[in-house]
Amino acid sequence: MSRVLPHPGLTLLLAAVWCALVGSLSANSVLFGVMLGVVIPAVVRPFWPETLVVRSFPRAAGYALLVLWDIAVSNVVVARIVLFLPRSALRPAWVTVPLDLTNAEAITVLAGTITMTPGTVTADVSADGRALLIHCLHAPDPDSVRDDIKSRYEARLKEFME
Amino acid sequence: MMALVDMVVAALLVVSGFFGLVGSIGLVKLPDTMTRLHAPTKATTLGVGGVLLASMLAYGFRGQPWGHELLISVFLLITAPVSALFIAKSVIHRSLSPRDLPPTGRPAGWATFERDAESGAAQPTGALQQRE
Repeated sequence: MSRVLPHPGLTLLLAAVWCALVGSLSANSVLFGVMLGVVIPAVVRPFWPETLVVRSFPRAAGYALLVLWDIAVSNVVVARIVLFLPRSALRPAWVTVPLDLTNAEAITVLAGTITMTPGTVTADVSADGRALLIHCLHAPDPDSVRDDIKSRYEARLKEFME
Repeated sequence: MMALVDMVVAALLVVSGFFGLVGSIGLVKLPDTMTRLHAPTKATTLGVGGVLLASMLAYGFRGQPWGHELLISVFLLITAPVSALFIAKSVIHRSLSPRDLPPTGRPAGWATFERDAESGAAQPTGALQQRE
């Protein structure tokens, strides 16, 4: 089973996305969606040898809602910085966030979350995969940014993806 | 009911137009590439997201399909961080040196520079490298 379908969840997702793209649930589109769902995971397999494990879907959904809310808030925060903060008062900063997460998928989700949320962009990962480089748009106190990321996002991710 | 939905749709369109504008102002106003990167990754996400949400509501309540907007939103949320990361990495490559960045706090350096380090630097030993 796992030889043919390395990522069963991805297969289902690809089939569903294909049907949604076509906009129909006819046998034709379902069949082609399943074909894509079988072929694409097999092709990308060398880059992605492990299976993604989500231990708790309610927690994952809760995390998604939290991130969506934070995206909305971060838009307002960034808009205020862009519109009202004079350039001379802007304090951009680089911050290193040491990682407790070890799972590559979990780190990817964390990095994406950081980019989408208040005034921070993930710029790089350390070569051993144990620290993220974050650029902050306006961070008078860089240490608090790091602590926020670790307690608000990383701790939650650790609960359902490690 | 329909009037209420239309009011929400109109409000969403105004809000997303505002945030799209702020994203563009940010591109012009902020001082360098790394800070400019913040404006489009955030402000524009809500700008486009708001239009998509408005479209979903407008068509959904008229009984027409709205699945494509949902897909666009999901793809937007997935691709924005990836392109932001790539732009950031190319900025680091082109105009920054390891001295400009904070230490990793690890034996290994930042991944963008690690390939250039030929001797002396710590060998990558972590999980991400073992997979290659």
